[in-house]
Amino acid sequence: MSVSEVVEWVGVILILLGAIFSVISAIGLVRLPDVYTRAHAASKSSTLAVLVCLIGTFIHIWSHDGYVSVRLILGIIFVFITAPVSAHLICRAAYRSRVPLAEGSGEDELKAVLFGSENVVVATEDILEHDRNN
Amino acid sequence: MKEIILFIALALFMVAIFLILYRVIVGPSMPDRAIALDTIGVNFISAIAIVSILLTTTAFLEAILILGILAFIGTIAFSKYIERGDIIERKRSS
Repeated sequence: MSVSEVVEWVGVILILLGAIFSVISAIGLVRLPDVYTRAHAASKSSTLAVLVCLIGTFIHIWSHDGYVSVRLILGIIFVFITAPVSAHLICRAAYRSRVPLAEGSGEDELKAVLFGSENVVVATEDILEHDRNN
Repeated sequence: MKEIILFIALALFMVAIFLILYRVIVGPSMPDRAIALDTIGVNFISAIAIVSILLTTTAFLEAILILGILAFIGTIAFSKYIERGDIIERKRSS
């Protein structure tokens, strides 16, 4: 086995590793209970899967064709920067549009900060209406 | 042997995409579907990379960049629509 062949095998094994990671992240996306845990599965492990797969492709093309693909490096950097940002934005939108947490979640401190004043307003309106009715 | 492993990896990515498609169809809320569509786009990127190795060409590598950008902008637009109810904000003239 020559050196370039060994390097190509390293690339192929990285790609296989990325595929296995991707299946694991898809299983997490199907089985986890609510949006926030699903976003955790989709953003972290799926990003890692794509990064490993693209790095394996880069190594394989570099060793097989002797071609350093700048477009692939750009794609790696772009996915690495944007995937966590988009997952964060979707989670923020989900919380602000009041998607409920799963049952059995711990404390929800953000709820009092974001929606606490509205609850107070609703409560005072209820009290006023109660007074009016009596 | 190398081709067999690459085909297995491609099949695993397709299995992952079909599992995520279940979440797109069933998903109880809109953010679920947006997350699943983003993940499908990201998986397509790596499937394109494997196909470009199998066909020994580098012509598909632009598609990786374009799919990445489209998935990101689509997710941003979805999240803004879910949060605010509109995508492009206009100044109210009243």
